[in-house]
Amino acid sequence: MSYCLGIESTADDFGVGILSFDGKILANIISAYTPERGGIHPREAARHHAEVAGEVVGKALQTAGITPQAIRVVAFSQGPGMGPCLRTGATAARALAAYLKIPLVGVNHCVAHIEIGKLIGETKDPLTLYVSGGNTLVSAFEAGRYRVFGETLDIAVGNCLDVFARDAGLHPEEGMPLGAMVEKLANQGQAFISLPYIVKGMDLSFSGLLTAAAQLLQRAKYPIEDLCFSLQETVFSMLTEVTERALAHTEKKEVLLTGGVAANKRLQSMLSQITDEHDARFCVIPKEYALDNGAMIAWTGILAYQHGMTIPIEKSFVKLKWRLDEVYAPWVRD
Amino acid sequence: MLIKKGAEASLFLENWYNRKVIMKQRLPKRYRVPELDGEIRLYRTIHEPQIIHKAKEAGVPTPTIFLVDVAEATIIMEFINGKQVKQVLDSYPSDKRHRLCRLIGGLIGRLHDHGIIHGDLTTSNMILTPAGRVVFVDFGLSEHSTELESRGVDLHLMKRAFQSTHYQYAEESFAKVMEGYADVRGSKAAVNVLKKIKAIEKRGRYVSERKEMDQ
Repeated sequence: MSYCLGIESTADDFGVGILSFDGKILANIISAYTPERGGIHPREAARHHAEVAGEVVGKALQTAGITPQAIRVVAFSQGPGMGPCLRTGATAARALAAYLKIPLVGVNHCVAHIEIGKLIGETKDPLTLYVSGGNTLVSAFEAGRYRVFGETLDIAVGNCLDVFARDAGLHPEEGMPLGAMVEKLANQGQAFISLPYIVKGMDLSFSGLLTAAAQLLQRAKYPIEDLCFSLQETVFSMLTEVTERALAHTEKKEVLLTGGVAANKRLQSMLSQITDEHDARFCVIPKEYALDNGAMIAWTGILAYQHGMTIPIEKSFVKLKWRLDEVYAPWVRD
Repeated sequence: MLIKKGAEASLFLENWYNRKVIMKQRLPKRYRVPELDGEIRLYRTIHEPQIIHKAKEAGVPTPTIFLVDVAEATIIMEFINGKQVKQVLDSYPSDKRHRLCRLIGGLIGRLHDHGIIHGDLTTSNMILTPAGRVVFVDFGLSEHSTELESRGVDLHLMKRAFQSTHYQYAEESFAKVMEGYADVRGSKAAVNVLKKIKAIEKRGRYVSERKEMDQ
């Protein structure tokens, strides 16, 4: 059997996954960098990745129960993401490929989220809503590419929720990211406070909404539970409206929800209501594969490798702004 | 008879006092909390006919509004006989396609000249009549603004619509739209808004033009 080792390092997570070419996940190890305060500092995150890289690769091999020599191809997340983080993962991947004398494959992080979603969720041709701290987009495959039907015009939805949570003085706890804390508080909220609802065609904007919510925080007039509730209701309604527009437009029969924000139960319930109405199947990717992970890079690496899409080490630059719709994806059938 | 169940509203083709009309109804969305749902439906139901009327004054063909029922979030308007530009554009020979895009650009120019931002410029929201007129429909997301930023976002949407729906001819089609836009608003205004579109694109999450310097 042939295996692919995939390295993910676009942001705060350093992940290594090992898959067999027939799509069996043998290992998926993640080491997350948690800043003491504030958001992700790219350089600090990269330092973390460099420190844990060897250990995580070793643990993945051990979990998979294979020797390094059994690996046929190394894949890494080539973009989009934070420069220092991407470069650290790329360096590890290049070193492995050079040492083992095996080919290297550069994988687009967003495509990887969709491909692992298709594998895990057993969907064939989904409309994907990918929502995380760094990305917010609605995509579906058409004419040889994953097209972006809608996306954020400024910040990502996860970023909006995180910044609001930090402004509100919330601190991430063990096993409870900021988004989950907002969700928990929102569940206790009762009164809806009107916030800017900004949908432009199929695109979204969250920055003005975040400012408005932050101003309400400062005024200290409303309970935090009501603010969390209103913020969630507003941003998720926006996401759901855009997803429904894209669903009506593309007439896809499956909707895939992935990314870190996919874990939110309220968002899940909103989306399942529209998929019901449009007779589409709704599929939420479990956390392990919805968050950034190495398995998705390995799997997409296999798909790309089987279509001869390897890159020589000297050309394996990272692409910080690599758009999803720029990716040639010959492994997907129209 | 339901003819289109969009994400935002349902369109029914009805007979209304012996007239073929479109009944546009914004049904409650179960996924939204009632407060937000009511706010959105009320706002769009009142706002849309007002802007449709203003667009007509600006010389942009739009359906005539017959009745606005605020309580039911329903608008009754003229049925436009024709085909969506989306359906015909790709099958047209290039000169015909260019003419159509230029015409569309001119109409967008008129909207912008009169402080109207359509808010959802896609080729499905433009109906080509047998007489060759292009009628703009669906002003549900439109707004009043004379800001360059809003105009840029509006046209950026149009560009994106070409890229996702008419990818084969996206670039030339959009270029023709901008020519039509310049015909109406002058080349200086067109250049300014193009610059703005570039700025908006660069602001976006991932922009290829910025890639080189990132490496």
